[in-house]
Amino acid sequence: MKNTNEMEIRFDSRSENEGFARVAVASFMTQLNPTVEEVADVKTAVSEAVTNAIIHGYENEVHKVSIRCRIAENVLTVEVSDNGKGIEDVQQAMQPMFTTLPEQDRSGMGFAFMEAFMDSVEVESEPGKGTRVKMKKTVGKGREIWTTQSL
Amino acid sequence: MKYQVQENCLTIYLPREVDHHNAEEIKREADAVIDRNHIKYVIFDFDRTDFMDSSGIGVIMGRYKTVSLIGGEVWAVHTNARIKKILTLSGVTKIMQIYEEERR
Repeated sequence: MKNTNEMEIRFDSRSENEGFARVAVASFMTQLNPTVEEVADVKTAVSEAVTNAIIHGYENEVHKVSIRCRIAENVLTVEVSDNGKGIEDVQQAMQPMFTTLPEQDRSGMGFAFMEAFMDSVEVESEPGKGTRVKMKKTVGKGREIWTTQSL
Repeated sequence: MKYQVQENCLTIYLPREVDHHNAEEIKREADAVIDRNHIKYVIFDFDRTDFMDSSGIGVIMGRYKTVSLIGGEVWAVHTNARIKKILTLSGVTKIMQIYEEERR
C-alpha cells in the first residue's frame, strides 16, 4: 500500500526519556507536513501517555516502554505500551481530575489532555499485564491545498 | 530551578520544557524556598517555556494548595498561546490569574 510508513522505539522507563519520546514522534510526523499546533498537540499527548507508563504502569521501576507509530495517508496512529501493573478500571482512570497519586501533585489531567489533543484515544489494559494507549490524529486537515497554475 | 525571592513573593523562571521529569525538581526546590521564606505569592514565569504537559498543572495546583492556606495566590506571566491553551483546558485558571502585559 502506498503512503504508509511505520516506526517503533523501545526505551527505558526513565523520566529523562520523556523528552526523547515526544521529540522522536514529532520528528516522525513531520513527513505529514503538520502545523506547529498539530506537532504541539501530539507532543503533549505522547508526553502524557509515556509519563503514565513510567509513574503508574511501572511505578518508577525501570522497565521498557514501547511506542509504535504508523502513518496511513494523513492519519497518524501512536501506540504507547508498557508491561506494567495495568489499570483496574479504565473508565475511572480516564475521568478528568481522577488520580491515584494526589499526594504526588498529579493533576489527573493526563487522559483528558490526550483526548483533547488527539482525535481518538483507546485504552486496552489488563491488571498485571500492562497497558496500551492507542491514539489517532488526522494531520493537515485544516490546511488549504495550494496549487500553482501555469499561465 | 531559577528563581527570585522578593519579600513574600517567589518568582519561578520555568525551563523550556515542563514535564514530569523536571517537574519533580521544581516541586522539591520550590517547596523548600516557600517554606524558608514564608512565601505567600508564587509567580510562574513562562518566558522561556514552549512545552508543558499535565505534570506542570500538578506543580501549579500543589503550590496553590500550600500558599492558599495562608491566603496567598499563584500567578502566571509571559505565557504564549500554547501555554495559555494548556492552562485554560486544565481548568487551573480558576485558581490562578494570568497576568497579561504588552509584549515588547
